[in-house]
Amino acid sequence: MGATVGLHVTVNGERRESVVDPRLLLVHYLRDELGLTGTNVGCDTTNCGACTVHLNGEAVKSCTVLAVQADGAEVTTIEGLGTGGELHPLQETFREEHGLQCGYCTPGMIMAAADLLERNPNPSEEDIRHGLEGNLCRCTGYHNIVRAVKAAADRAGAASREVRA
Amino acid sequence: MSTVESPPTKGNGWVGQAIKRKEDPRMITGRSRYVDDIVLPGMLHAVVVRSPEAHARIVSIDKSAAELRDEVVAVFTGEDLADDFASPMAMVWDPPGVEVKTPALWPLTRGEVKHVGEAVAVVVANDRYAAADAAEDVLVEYEPKPVVVDPEKALEDGSPLVWDEFGTNRTHEWTVGGGDIDAALSEADTVIERRFVQQRTAGGAIEPRGSIGEPEGEGLTLYSATQIPHIARFVLSGILNLPEDKLRVVAPDVGGGFGSKLQVYPEEALVLALAKRLGRPVKWIETRSEAMTTTHHGRDQIAYVTLGARSDGTLTGCKARIVADFGAYQLLLTPWIPELGFPVMGGAYKFPAIDLTFEGVFTNKFCTDAIRGAGRPEGTYWIELSMDDLARELAMDPLELRRKNFIPKDEFPFTTAHEITYDSGDYHGTLDKLLEHFDLDGFRREQAELREEGIYRGVGFSTYVEVCGLAPSRAVGPQGVGLQGAFWESAMVRVHPTGSATVYTGASPHGQGHDTGFAQIAADRLGIDPERIEVIHGDTNQGPWGWGTYGSRTVSVGGEAVARAAERVQDKAKKICAAMLEAAPEDIELMGDQFQVRGSPDKSMSMADIAGAAHIPPQELPDDIEPGLEETAFYDPENFVFPFGAHACVVDVDVETGKAQVVRYVAVDDCGPAINPKLIDGQIHGGVVHAIGQALYEQVVYDEDGQLVTGTFVDYAMPTAAEVPSFETDRTETPSPVNSLGVKGVGEAGTIGATPAITSAVIDALRPLGVSGQIDMPLTPMRVWEAIQEAKGGAS
Repeated sequence: MGATVGLHVTVNGERRESVVDPRLLLVHYLRDELGLTGTNVGCDTTNCGACTVHLNGEAVKSCTVLAVQADGAEVTTIEGLGTGGELHPLQETFREEHGLQCGYCTPGMIMAAADLLERNPNPSEEDIRHGLEGNLCRCTGYHNIVRAVKAAADRAGAASREVRA
Repeated sequence: MSTVESPPTKGNGWVGQAIKRKEDPRMITGRSRYVDDIVLPGMLHAVVVRSPEAHARIVSIDKSAAELRDEVVAVFTGEDLADDFASPMAMVWDPPGVEVKTPALWPLTRGEVKHVGEAVAVVVANDRYAAADAAEDVLVEYEPKPVVVDPEKALEDGSPLVWDEFGTNRTHEWTVGGGDIDAALSEADTVIERRFVQQRTAGGAIEPRGSIGEPEGEGLTLYSATQIPHIARFVLSGILNLPEDKLRVVAPDVGGGFGSKLQVYPEEALVLALAKRLGRPVKWIETRSEAMTTTHHGRDQIAYVTLGARSDGTLTGCKARIVADFGAYQLLLTPWIPELGFPVMGGAYKFPAIDLTFEGVFTNKFCTDAIRGAGRPEGTYWIELSMDDLARELAMDPLELRRKNFIPKDEFPFTTAHEITYDSGDYHGTLDKLLEHFDLDGFRREQAELREEGIYRGVGFSTYVEVCGLAPSRAVGPQGVGLQGAFWESAMVRVHPTGSATVYTGASPHGQGHDTGFAQIAADRLGIDPERIEVIHGDTNQGPWGWGTYGSRTVSVGGEAVARAAERVQDKAKKICAAMLEAAPEDIELMGDQFQVRGSPDKSMSMADIAGAAHIPPQELPDDIEPGLEETAFYDPENFVFPFGAHACVVDVDVETGKAQVVRYVAVDDCGPAINPKLIDGQIHGGVVHAIGQALYEQVVYDEDGQLVTGTFVDYAMPTAAEVPSFETDRTETPSPVNSLGVKGVGEAGTIGATPAITSAVIDALRPLGVSGQIDMPLTPMRVWEAIQEAKGGAS
């Protein structure tokens, strides 16, 4: 290991201080240093999206981000997606719609979908399909993933209509 | 959906319900436990040094620079580990009267490499970055040898040999058939001959492979991303020369398999040997590039198919010669895979004569073995496309030709010309239902209108039958076709004193939902809620021996074992209940969640009451009732099961670019009565998309020097959500007579049934441009565009 670098990062709301190898990938920092193994690695080329996390609120593929690039940032992983002991709506709808089988792509898929809904709260099927094209799933054929994302969007829409009413 | 009659043992009616999966809560919150998530004290990391040459003699290996690096614990070559392995990796098919040439495959090669990516050395270090760095410093000098990658060229005289000692690249030839094929074809009025290519594909599980070897007492534990923990223990205990009781194999959560983890891999033996040598746990996690290079591929077969028919469309015979590219070695089931398609190579049709010859070939590529469907997608592809072509030769409608030759519903069980007994079927029924969903006349009108607008839309059909429920031991084992294995399944059902239960299964899931489906099967028989039933699998130290998960066998073999074990528990529960309520056991019936005396609903006990009495009897029970409430069943099916279905695929082709896009897909499948319809639909969706991948996008490509061109997900194009449509699915339910649940299997149905529907839809779209016949898969824009140009007479 060459010279190490200090790293200050907030992960799932907890402040972390570490000393890391400058070449350490964010995904390995999360998994190996912090033990947050919900984020998975499925390829070496930023294609599969299994490692998707939120960096300052935006979905990134954490296999293509150096840990040191997250210095001073806020990172959210699947373990930190729910709030106050409640599941995120997408976590619920993925289960209800059978949007997962082996579960390996699921954390990245849910994190990517959460980012998609943040940017587009009422996506069409086409919006969802194109919005998730950076995340591969070999099990589900995407059919139920699309339905799960739509269901979460509909639920959020209904909730916000209720608030307005 | 047709309604299914309740099985006699039905209790709470859980079977048939689309309940939510028990697996999901941990998986949606990041609490799954895949191999790479496991961290053991003192664990080391291994990185394999792999050959960049497709065929070469190893002149020298210089490990010194790697050994000197910080954090490196050890570097080993094949010669260093020569005494660590009692035998090479296993291949388990030994067909009567046929020799299958099988070269020795060692976890690290000795002397030569036969394909790109072959393991030459291994570096073990304290962390994976250090191990990867050091692997770059292992200097290997190679003396290249001639390379052959094309299986048909490999069969020609004068071809470079993969294995000099065999004097040929032909691994074996195997023939199976029945009826007089020569007479059948000479009686035919029309004979078609076609050549089909099933390209090499990859499993594409998003979790790469990974294994950890751990020293434990006098023995070893292997944590591995495998579909077959018990088989792995059996095979690896021989290779490591370790008694089976000293080797524990654990399959934790497994991130997809699709056949690619139905294997006992060299790296599994390697991490065990390293753990034993070094006295510390050793983890090896595959990179994606390694997965593309050395996780077994599938398909890679060429078929020469001849079909004969009378002028009225009556089929007379089916003859095929299949050339299968096995790559450089034989893995566990490599030579068996093409043959696995033979039972259904006559499709859903009555052929008076069937004659099939299989030839295996060595090439300087990595090995093929089972990938989702394994032999059956290949057989289905060529029989279905041949039927389409034959219909055109006969000027018949392709669906009418199929209907004319379907095995009629009232002729099941039906024994084919090559002596395979299809258990059940209603092929007209699935096709009828498909056409209820898919208005073909309306489609043809729409198609004609769209063509006026310059939109080229086509439809393709498939009426497949698959062979599942692997497998009756007498059919496939040493007394049958010669696999050195048996393929029954086991289950143990234990009811705890407070009335919750644990089901132990020998099946080993990787996404299918065993925990949920098996809990539903047990719940009905135990009279308790599936939420109170835990399903345990994937650990050779827990539960009975079992054969794992593959071949769409989980429910029809593993599920039947669960049903039988649970019924035995129910029988004992009834005896205990009878003794407690002073009634006769035959008068006790399970109604909902109560075991009650027939006709006296006020006299009843819950499973919790009975389980309590079984463990802590409140009164003396009859002498013939042993304490406890736990039963085991081993179930070896009498026959395979034969699911079937009818699919329609609609594609649009951009004739300027050649790009084909699936815009509609309708699937009607029959896998018998549903255990959980949600899980069945999920399997169909995933299976069809796997087939869309093969039909339109995916191919493992080697160049003529044996270099892998498609070594990443950049080059190996699996479908994303943007390439596929939503699906329309429906079912018919024809119960199988083979097992008490009536179930068949659905894990591979989509992959088996879909490719011919997709590819013939493309041809249908392009027919106005003069394109006919076929385009080899994958139907990439380039290939489709070329076919269009060729049809136009080369003018472009």
